Amino acid sequence: MTLETNAALNVDPLLDDPETRIVVCCGSGGVGKTTTAAALGLRAAERGRKVVVLTIDPARRLAQSMGIDSLDNTPRRVKGIEATGAAAGGELHAMMLDMKRTFDEIVEAHADEERAEAILSNPFYQSLSAGFAGTQEYMAMEKLGQLRARDEWDLIVVDTPPSRSALDFLDAPKRLGSFLDGKLIRVLMAPAKVGGRAGMKFLNVGMSMMTGALGKLLGGQLLRDVQTFVAAMDTMFGGFRTRADATYKLLQAPGTAFLVVAAPERDALREAAYFVERLAAEKMPLAGLVLNRVHGSDAERVSAERALAAAENLDERRIVDQTAGKEEGRTGTSPTSPEGSPEGYPEDSEGSEHSPDDSEDSPEDSPEHPDSATATTTAATAFDQTADDTSVDRLAATSVDRLAAGLLRLHAERMQLIAREQRTRDRFTALHPEVAVTEVAALPGDVHDLAGLRDIGARLAAGDTPTGAA
Amino acid sequence: MSRLQVVSGKGGTGKTTVAAALALALATEGRRTLLVEVEGRQGIAQLFETEALPYEERKIAVAPGGGEVYALAIDPELALLDYLQMFYKLGGAGRALKKLGAIDFATTVAPGLRDVLLTGKACEAVRRKDKQGRYAYDYVVMDAPPTGRITRFLNVNHEVAGLAKMGPIHNQAQAVMRVIKSRETAVHLVTLLEEMPVQETLDGVAELRAARLPVGRVLVNMVRPTLLDAPALALARDASVRPAVAAALASAGLSGATKLAAPLLAQADEYAERHALEHAQRGLLADTGLPLHELPQLTEGLDLAGLYTLADYLRGQGIGHGTSHGTDPGTGHGTDPRTAPGTAPGTDRGTDRGI
Repeated sequence: MTLETNAALNVDPLLDDPETRIVVCCGSGGVGKTTTAAALGLRAAERGRKVVVLTIDPARRLAQSMGIDSLDNTPRRVKGIEATGAAAGGELHAMMLDMKRTFDEIVEAHADEERAEAILSNPFYQSLSAGFAGTQEYMAMEKLGQLRARDEWDLIVVDTPPSRSALDFLDAPKRLGSFLDGKLIRVLMAPAKVGGRAGMKFLNVGMSMMTGALGKLLGGQLLRDVQTFVAAMDTMFGGFRTRADATYKLLQAPGTAFLVVAAPERDALREAAYFVERLAAEKMPLAGLVLNRVHGSDAERVSAERALAAAENLDERRIVDQTAGKEEGRTGTSPTSPEGSPEGYPEDSEGSEHSPDDSEDSPEDSPEHPDSATATTTAATAFDQTADDTSVDRLAATSVDRLAAGLLRLHAERMQLIAREQRTRDRFTALHPEVAVTEVAALPGDVHDLAGLRDIGARLAAGDTPTGAA
Repeated sequence: MSRLQVVSGKGGTGKTTVAAALALALATEGRRTLLVEVEGRQGIAQLFETEALPYEERKIAVAPGGGEVYALAIDPELALLDYLQMFYKLGGAGRALKKLGAIDFATTVAPGLRDVLLTGKACEAVRRKDKQGRYAYDYVVMDAPPTGRITRFLNVNHEVAGLAKMGPIHNQAQAVMRVIKSRETAVHLVTLLEEMPVQETLDGVAELRAARLPVGRVLVNMVRPTLLDAPALALARDASVRPAVAAALASAGLSGATKLAAPLLAQADEYAERHALEHAQRGLLADTGLPLHELPQLTEGLDLAGLYTLADYLRGQGIGHGTSHGTDPGTGHGTDPRTAPGTAPGTDRGTDRGI
């Protein structure tokens, strides 16, 4: 089925290499990017590195899984790291990007007190820093630059913002740069300054018209707010620019590794392919693809088709049994079993009340906890009541048949899912056979603690096609 | 009857797909809907298997019963020029502004202006009437930003109206806010029956309510069919059942059944765990008191036919005036209609607020 196989991505050498200083996890929303970043951070820490994980808007549960009730803009040390022996000395710190706080800190650090006050109280600034589209991307880059500059950690694992377009953070510094290079900013700041130059009279007229138009559009008061803001930020813009450029270069440096995270779904892998191409164009070093939530089966030799056919065999026998049971009730003749009815499996009598159609029960209608003792008792009672034949064995055989048919349908669903995932992966492989891949088996539930993260880390490192695990 | 249908949801929940299915479902009986994309990803074009959508309203699908679905991918830059043209007749000046970088500034850097333009354009489509005074579109369905950003996105005009205390932008922002906060608008959240998306949905509902934005329905996507019911699961947990299962498998014509029973029962364990988790998540969603709708996971993945299937499920659940015109939505799409959760009675537990 697979046309070509991608090389396996081995994360341990990457995490162990002291030359690796930054790992960036990127990918579209909902693919487990933040969890992957946290799991990598934990694994690296337990292998002896001093790690900080920068998360962007993590689910509360993820913060809790690292034993931290809520993450904020300051790195917090995560307790319970099992770094012993050669790995002793490993540490994990975690933090969450606070856009407004990060922006405020920059202002406070780079402007004198009076100017900082003017900026912080400007309504335009307040809206901008509270995080409209785009600000998060700038601030993520800014924070990464800061963490790297502090040089307190030997590995920084970065999660990227949950933008629909996972690439926005790459564009942020450039966009800021082009804005700062633009003429607009000069118009906004001081039309008089531009017009004051010799031979610029014509331009001056144009500029006045522009500010006039902007004033008309924005309203005079907002334009004044914007102008005040830009003027106050003026001295800082150069710094912004320099740092944005520096961070961008940092991302291209050999110490940086990008991991594209995806799930084996069409949209997620399409974004991943796009990202791989974009990283290449930007000369950013791609380490590989993390494919989360991959399904496998230990019974792969039974195809979906065979499983469904076998399930039908079992159903048919039961339906015939039921019909026969009814006839038996009326006529007293013994039913003829369909082909394949095995020896030692007595026919059912009055059929259980569970027809194949029972599966249409809406989930709310089914008993609360399928695994609870109550459910078992209820089921058993139901069987007793319907058993006019009182042959518990025969009833049990029917319910085993029902179970077996259900197991086969479940397996067929799994096999169809595996096939679909394989098709989407093949499409990616055909486009990018050069990208190393590690696969992480799907888990039935979410991660709740360090042990869960550790398990994901182990799966990331094992990286081969999962079997069995859901 | 809300005419602006905003569809949000956590990344990966199939928000765009559900928005498209909703637009199809609402377009029955000769109605006309507009499906609006605001994030520039061309997801709608990919879903409907057409080329990339330009910044213009274009018919992309015909609904059963003669309805029509139009689509529009809003380009913030063009929307701004549109807007300038409309309000200020700034044709030439608009181009000059673009050269200056002002358009770039306005659509990428300036706080919220981008979102103002996107919501403004959608509201314009909601209010637009033809010469006879009829609405141009019966419904406008917006494929909106994800749950984490939706409140801020919809509330942007409120913020802008506060920033620009007078002038045309102020007035425009106020007008948009009136539509968004009225009964004309319903904000739906798409989720999966998994912990993180459900938590994000609950947070989103709380945020929307705190901002007094009209929350509509919760749309649970990719619901898997019930393949093992409670008695079967109870039996599967009984370790002594394995030989009997193996015998049943063998009798059904499978070779090596003894070795097959264990992995199949292991898969049942995982299923049970997920099933219990899904049940708990469903309970959390029900606690919001919002109407809940369920859409099945399509086993063959999503294609255009699958989109029509999902629209049929929505119609079957009373969306789009409840006329499911007697077709069996699952037929031919690889979904067993009997086991599909969406058709289960009692799934829609809320009062009918009208979608």
